[in-house]
Amino acid sequence: MTNKLQVEAIRKGTVIDHIPAGQGVKILDRLQLLNSDVSITVGFNLPSKAQGRKDIIKVTDLKFTEQEANQLALFAQGATINVIDEYHVVDKFNMTVPETLRGAFPCPNSNCITHNEPVNSYFYLREKDDDIRLKCHYCEKSFSKEIVSEL
Amino acid sequence: MENQLYLRDIISIADLNRSDLEQILETAAQLKRAPRPDLLEGKVIASCFFEASTRTRLSFETAVQRLGGTLIGFSDSSNTSAKKGETLADSVKIISSYTDAFIMRHPQEGAARLASEFSNVPIINGGDGANQHPTQTLLDLFSIRECQGTLDDLTITFVGDLKYGRTVHSLVQAMALFGAKFNFIAPDALSMPDYLLEELDEKGIRYRKAGSIEEVVPESDIIYMTRVQKERFDETEYMHMASKYILGVESLKGARESLKILHPLPRVNEIEVAVDNTPHAYYFQQAENGVYARQALLALVLNKSI
Repeated sequence: MTNKLQVEAIRKGTVIDHIPAGQGVKILDRLQLLNSDVSITVGFNLPSKAQGRKDIIKVTDLKFTEQEANQLALFAQGATINVIDEYHVVDKFNMTVPETLRGAFPCPNSNCITHNEPVNSYFYLREKDDDIRLKCHYCEKSFSKEIVSEL
Repeated sequence: MENQLYLRDIISIADLNRSDLEQILETAAQLKRAPRPDLLEGKVIASCFFEASTRTRLSFETAVQRLGGTLIGFSDSSNTSAKKGETLADSVKIISSYTDAFIMRHPQEGAARLASEFSNVPIINGGDGANQHPTQTLLDLFSIRECQGTLDDLTITFVGDLKYGRTVHSLVQAMALFGAKFNFIAPDALSMPDYLLEELDEKGIRYRKAGSIEEVVPESDIIYMTRVQKERFDETEYMHMASKYILGVESLKGARESLKILHPLPRVNEIEVAVDNTPHAYYFQQAENGVYARQALLALVLNKSI
């Protein structure tokens, strides 16, 4: 049985494939924060030739921009984004960790000024060993991606 | 020399490179030798302390007045619109429209950076929560340069609370630009944060953790003392360890003649009063130097050339 049969194909929308197994839930959380109105189909822990096991998420009627995809990259390095129209892949890109992230989630430092002011959170990202470090533009504190993914 | 500081915001010590720092310190030395009460003539400077800090505020306000400028502002936020719930962004927009520069201290981290995005005039950070206090670092650097004649290739020993002390962190980062070597002496619970040690490793800076002050006195050019706060420990634990982080006259045996002791002040008991009378004590000159360092910064930020 192939993956395609395990998770039904969508006519129009975005498929996030090759998500490291176990990370799908975090992506799902973020997706619902970004857009709570879309239909989402998920497959967790599916067999994958390349990865052994993977998660997959299909979002109907929502076409991701590269910017939106990059916000999710923090939680699923190496995942791929397929933009689908009439059952065909019309655009495909790898999720890459962006250099900066604005407004994706609040600064984990509760005493950071951004919590009470009319600005978006703003982080500089840096890959370090197996982690991604995020440094707040304002309070200058650095955080592991594990901390922000729990917010 | 071209003035690289003109109309710049001074938010974080990391925004200043070696040549910026040298320009500020050289200007501070000139102003200490020859006062220039004309440099801020006709300028109105805001001094807004959303969190009280008597020493920093008086030092800044003296600096403005010594340069011939005038001040508006407040010493704590209790009677301001911040208390009514106005955002900092709005306060800054309005106050900056009245003035030529905006000195501020605020209890929240990132406040000065945020202010710089809403202000029409340069922001000078006088401390934002636990984050940055760049003018403290400038006065530390100025004092080191003054008492050692150079900033290059010095050995600096830091003692006490190296975990929470933002003055220590900023000074270490700044001195790393000048090839310094560091000794760190702190209780385990208050040792230098890993991220800073990693930064030093990446830059190839030499440092070591030492067990006692006596051990490193002979090789030190500067001993930078900080206060270990009692409230971070239970009482017996504190009694046990505090004595290791107290500097007395006895500890200074074998010191270089040129060794100087610095402390951001206020001191409680971590430097014995008897040390004040030794030629090594430099912390009171250091505090005085705060005025010159702040004068230099304000003069450079507000004058295209001096």
